[in-house]
Amino acid sequence: MAYQTGMTDSLSDMIACPKCDALHRVPRVAPGEQAKCVRCGTVLMAPKEGAMTRIVMLSVTALILMVAAVFFPFLELSVQGLGTTSSVFDAVLAFSDGLMLPLSFAVAALIVVLPITRFIALIYVFAPMALGWAPARRAKDAYKLAERIRPWAMAEIFIIGVAVALVKVAGLAQVTLGPAFWAFVGLVIITMLKDNFMCRVTVWQTLNARSPS
Amino acid sequence: MSGYGMANAERAQPVLTAREAGLVGCAECGHVFPIGTETCAVCGTHLVSRDIASLQRVWAWLFAGMVVYIPANVYPMLRTSTLGTTQESTIVGGVVDLIDHGSIGVALIVFVASVIIPVSKFIAIAYLAIRVQRGLPGTASHFHLYEFVEFIGRWSMIDVFVVAILSALVQLNFVATINPGIAAVSFALSVAFTMISANSFDPKLIWDVPPKGKPV
Repeated sequence: MAYQTGMTDSLSDMIACPKCDALHRVPRVAPGEQAKCVRCGTVLMAPKEGAMTRIVMLSVTALILMVAAVFFPFLELSVQGLGTTSSVFDAVLAFSDGLMLPLSFAVAALIVVLPITRFIALIYVFAPMALGWAPARRAKDAYKLAERIRPWAMAEIFIIGVAVALVKVAGLAQVTLGPAFWAFVGLVIITMLKDNFMCRVTVWQTLNARSPS
Repeated sequence: MSGYGMANAERAQPVLTAREAGLVGCAECGHVFPIGTETCAVCGTHLVSRDIASLQRVWAWLFAGMVVYIPANVYPMLRTSTLGTTQESTIVGGVVDLIDHGSIGVALIVFVASVIIPVSKFIAIAYLAIRVQRGLPGTASHFHLYEFVEFIGRWSMIDVFVVAILSALVQLNFVATINPGIAAVSFALSVAFTMISANSFDPKLIWDVPPKGKPV
């Protein structure tokens, strides 16, 4: 069973590991199985049954949760009869005075704008294919955008930040978690499930096979 | 897992790379083309066999990240006013406060995210870049170090989010107010710059054996 390939194969039967350049013959992988690079172990192919439908559904769910997470009260703080409620929107505006303004934009981008952009791009790429149609126009660009954004969408890191902040104010005041907090937790779990269904090389193979040439 | 996992048993034999076969592999989708092809016909990405110029970007962003990490530690991250007295705390100061409150676990999370991860990232990226420049071929463990650095970097943003949440939440006028300090900006920049630095690194360079005839 040689996975390394000779020069005689046609180019479309071969694949180079994007991380280490090792050349492989395109393997035949059954749904639910994985093909890994022989040298660095990067997952090359991981087709899954109904993956596209699931990605679309999870992205739509995540979008709805995001709307709830942004506008419902996130945390409620009370001390000596005084109380404040803050939403994710307030957290974004925390840096809005003077010098800190750019940081406000950055936080908004990292926890709201980029995740939303990514969900929309993924729905645009996968919804037509999940219905059995050809990929939408510029679906390849949309997918590339979604992958480029990936490291910068930091909703899950924000949740850990909330946990740390709660511990910090615990001595100072009483804090109640609002509905938006749970929406955000749901959002993080859904995002992780969704990313679990995506394998970059497999997606490109599918996009390429289904695009009209 | 099955089938392909067994290929690991053959790891002893040398691996043929796309470059050695006279081909160029797309860094985005993995499709291969004859060397010299400019653009990937499948996904439209610009094709480069080895992005040597990427090292310059890696160093530039890494230095920028290290420079702004200094003010991030010197200036206050948080300004807390309680009943008329104002207290400023730096990153490390915040960790010490947490330990005083007895929250050792949370103190550890903040310390790892804000100090250990950034500093080890600086060292790891510089180490990998120097190895590539000296022409030392790397092993799987060097590659895993790179993957780890690329994966872990974004988690350093935790402290920036903590500051944002606290400043939004704790606005009770005289009783207690928390405001962000200037270090929050420098720290966020430092994390972003090192993330760009790690993302610029072409991991294929880690594996390369220098061409024959050149002293190793």
